[in-house]
Amino acid sequence: MAASAKVRVPATAKKGEVIEIKTQVQHEMESGQRKDAAGKAIPRQIINKFVCKYNGAEVFASDWHPAISANPYLSFFITATESGKIEFFWTDDKGEVTKAEAEIKVS
Amino acid sequence: MTDLARDMDRRTLIKVGGAGALALAGLAALGARPARAAAADSEAAVKKLVGNAPIKDGKITLKLPQIAENGNTVPFSVVVDSPMTEKDYVKAIHVFADGNPSPGVASFTLTPRSGKAEISMRMRLAQTQDIRAIAVMSDGQVFMAKQEIKVTIGGCGG
Repeated sequence: MAASAKVRVPATAKKGEVIEIKTQVQHEMESGQRKDAAGKAIPRQIINKFVCKYNGAEVFASDWHPAISANPYLSFFITATESGKIEFFWTDDKGEVTKAEAEIKVS
Repeated sequence: MTDLARDMDRRTLIKVGGAGALALAGLAALGARPARAAAADSEAAVKKLVGNAPIKDGKITLKLPQIAENGNTVPFSVVVDSPMTEKDYVKAIHVFADGNPSPGVASFTLTPRSGKAEISMRMRLAQTQDIRAIAVMSDGQVFMAKQEIKVTIGGCGG
């Protein structure tokens, strides 16, 4: 299942400005707690890791547990230090990685 | 039969009431099964992440609704008061839901480049319970905020 992700990053920022990043990825986040119609437990399948890289350097990361809602939304902040690429990686229990990226111009 | 028809409204009411009571009993039974992480589990989870450092109040703010009608998506925000410089920043934020089948919600790893220690997300909650947010600072200090949230419909399937 190729998940799709949306990210909102300001296109431009002043050097040193703290910017808000908003992200949302499509994922069922199957908790492992639910049972199917036959009463069999549905195996856990969640995104357990989120990483944000700024020009290759990891600036923010997060570990997720089954208590995270489906289609996880996350907002956080980073400091705009230089122009370049901000990348986002979501890794699920099967090791599948969903990626997104945004360009930022810092003046 | 005619009696029944005449008293229909009242009888329906009584029946509905009875069903409601049954449903409540069912809910109570659900609560009784080990859906709630034992307090000890939760403490162990906290210890594992923050070690034995003393946990203080202050610096950290947890924003939650007081009542969540739908336990499937409960918005929460955590804000930590920190300058976020190389010398003094928030290393990690952990969020625990003590009344969920497993207490961990999420852990966030921050860096001085985060600029501001603030995150917002959405979580699932099984039932009315306490939520705890814990911040680990770069100097090793640990701060905690706690808030109770009432959950109308639990969000853990089942």
